[in-house]
Amino acid sequence: MKDGLQLEHLRITLGGRSLVDLHESVSPGEVLSVMGPSGSGKSTLLSVMIGQPDPGFTVTGKILLDGRDLTGLGPKARQIGLLFQDDLLFPHLSVGENLAFALPPSIKGRSARQARIEMALEAADLTGFASRDPATLSGGQRSRVALMRCLLSAPRALLLDEPFSRLDADLRRQMREFVFARVQAEGIPAILVTHDVEDALAAGGKVISPLGEIRQAARPA
Amino acid sequence: MLPFAPRLTIMILLLPVGAGLAGVLAPAFGWFPALGGVTLSLDPWRALLAWPGLSSAVWLSIVTGLGATLISLILTVMICAAWQGTRAFTMIERALSPLLSVPHAAAAFGLAFLIAPSGWISRAFSPWATGWTQAPDILITQDPNGFALMAGLVVKEVLFLLLMTLAALGQVPARRSVLMAQTMGYGRMAGWVLTVFPRIYPQIRLPVYAVLAYSCSVIDVALILGPTRPSTLAVQVLQWLSDPDLTLRFQAAAGSVLQLVLVLGLLLVWRGGEQATARLGCACVRRGHRMAADGGMRALSMVFALLAVLAVGLGILGLAVWSFAGFWSFPNLLPDQFTLRNWMRQSGGISKIALETAVIGSVATVLSLALVIACLEAEHRHGLRQSNRALWLLYLPLIVPQATFLIGLQTLAISTGLTGMRAAVIAAHVIFVLPYVFLSLADPWRAWDTRQGLVAASLGAGANRILWRVRLPMLLRPVLVAAAVGFAVSVGQYLPTLLIGMGRINTLTTEAVALSSGGDRRLIGVYALSQTVMPFIGFALALGLPALIWRNRRGVDRG
Repeated sequence: MKDGLQLEHLRITLGGRSLVDLHESVSPGEVLSVMGPSGSGKSTLLSVMIGQPDPGFTVTGKILLDGRDLTGLGPKARQIGLLFQDDLLFPHLSVGENLAFALPPSIKGRSARQARIEMALEAADLTGFASRDPATLSGGQRSRVALMRCLLSAPRALLLDEPFSRLDADLRRQMREFVFARVQAEGIPAILVTHDVEDALAAGGKVISPLGEIRQAARPA
Repeated sequence: MLPFAPRLTIMILLLPVGAGLAGVLAPAFGWFPALGGVTLSLDPWRALLAWPGLSSAVWLSIVTGLGATLISLILTVMICAAWQGTRAFTMIERALSPLLSVPHAAAAFGLAFLIAPSGWISRAFSPWATGWTQAPDILITQDPNGFALMAGLVVKEVLFLLLMTLAALGQVPARRSVLMAQTMGYGRMAGWVLTVFPRIYPQIRLPVYAVLAYSCSVIDVALILGPTRPSTLAVQVLQWLSDPDLTLRFQAAAGSVLQLVLVLGLLLVWRGGEQATARLGCACVRRGHRMAADGGMRALSMVFALLAVLAVGLGILGLAVWSFAGFWSFPNLLPDQFTLRNWMRQSGGISKIALETAVIGSVATVLSLALVIACLEAEHRHGLRQSNRALWLLYLPLIVPQATFLIGLQTLAISTGLTGMRAAVIAAHVIFVLPYVFLSLADPWRAWDTRQGLVAASLGAGANRILWRVRLPMLLRPVLVAAAVGFAVSVGQYLPTLLIGMGRINTLTTEAVALSSGGDRRLIGVYALSQTVMPFIGFALALGLPALIWRNRRGVDRG
């Protein structure tokens, strides 16, 4: 059994046209960047990975997560976290409740759950923000809450769907550092999907196209 | 003229409601000079309280109002939570509009024909499962608990709330929110209820209030499916009103004020329920329960959706079969012989009444459409913004019970000699047609790309030319659909026609409801089916005409 995320000869075709063709392995704490222009099959790869492929696509090959074959599982059984370009914080819940939404029910007891949420906020440099309305947060703060929410649900892998493209240059650099540091700290494999070269390179891992052509080999650690 | 359109429209909605309330409050406290009531007194209330059936009638109104609304909302939420974004949901979506155009009374008759002891359901299970060789003598429709009445309301209101929810869903990233919740391990339904519903609800709140007020005070459906002795409060008020003993009018006025108090009380209770539910939802979120195993619930909600669709669909089919039925023995599924006799016998009367219905509906729709377009165009030209308050005004005639302010209006109209005239009936219909036309047209009207108008203006076209030659033709389909909605609303009106028409103006709806006590199913079939067909023709025209007129214009929205 191997830890991390394995794409074993994963091929996605639409009407005979090959959109995705990947044979890759992502170790815990590592980020694999899949880079390509829009329409190149990046979002198709994402929907297949979370277990909700659009009808009409043919998928062959396997996805293994920590040795478990994900074939046939729906999104709620896969334990793959998802981060979109817009933060999708729930506007009707406070910051703390947004985080509580993600925290697994196995962590029981009011104080234990609150302590976990406070820890997460601290890690995101947002101590004391639990009761705030998400609408009063800045763009960077919202993005950090969204990432912490995703990580609190204890995913075994992370999918990043252009998570920085809405942020301006300064914030973008900070957020990149924050996200990649968290991925390393959590020790989970991540796949970053982007059309931006800088984002892809900043991830520090291998950069490939959806069809598996290598754009940049992994930087030696 | 145009800048005054919004104010004029508000007056048209506010004035009758206000005047109607005044017209019912005065006699409720003894003031009715035409009947010799020239001093204020509490006698009408004493008479009302002395009526022995009062508490059970009030209780029945409360139970049907709250019950029908709660069940309708829960079913709507279940169906959306379980199936939104799937192919099955798209199919439900397609069935919605034609089913919604079925008038309440026709849907109620259809349901009655399905569930009655000699109805299709009992026939389908007889005699092999039930052993019945004759229709059993049990009370199913008009049951004393009002279950049949609630069922009749629920099948229609679920469809209405589904349509309103669909309209609101466009403004929320629903699918991605649910997906996000799913990747965290939540079940699909839990994800929808916890992340999407709280954002949708503020937008369907007014429609829900309208459903609550309607269910608590409805008359035509209650006459068909509701219990008698005691009936609901609204039905009882109508009975006092039509009693030859004119002194009962005081009591009726007091009763209809009580009806208003009842609706307002239920709205307050509902409001409290909203807050309690919100707190419950937040508590649920804080604990983080995933509720992942929802396969059974999803299947169940599909069953409920199918039941609602079938209850209306099969009900209409049942009306059609009865209208062509000759002798029909129990437990055969189809009549022993089919005949045109039921229709032939009625042909003279029904065509006159159908024409009256069409005239009233068409004039009320054209007037409402003109006002609504004037309002929307004024909003566009003068940069007015629709406030939340304006939306409340639109819903006012739908929330203040008809059984309250229409009775007041009738009282006022009698003293001015306006009752029994077609024009007065049309005016009363406009009060209810206008809000629906507005709600139906506002979104597509505002969504029109105003750059098209700028281009036309830069080519030298004035504002009116842009309206008539560019905007209206481009929006032909939504305008016609709004008209069809308005026409369907008018065709379905029972109380305004009855009260303001003083029994002298008859439409298919008043005729059909009047037949309900007689129990001649063939005759009811004829009238209720005609009542259903009429709005259907409207929708067919609204969908067909743009496709025909713009058959060579692929860029225009033509359905």
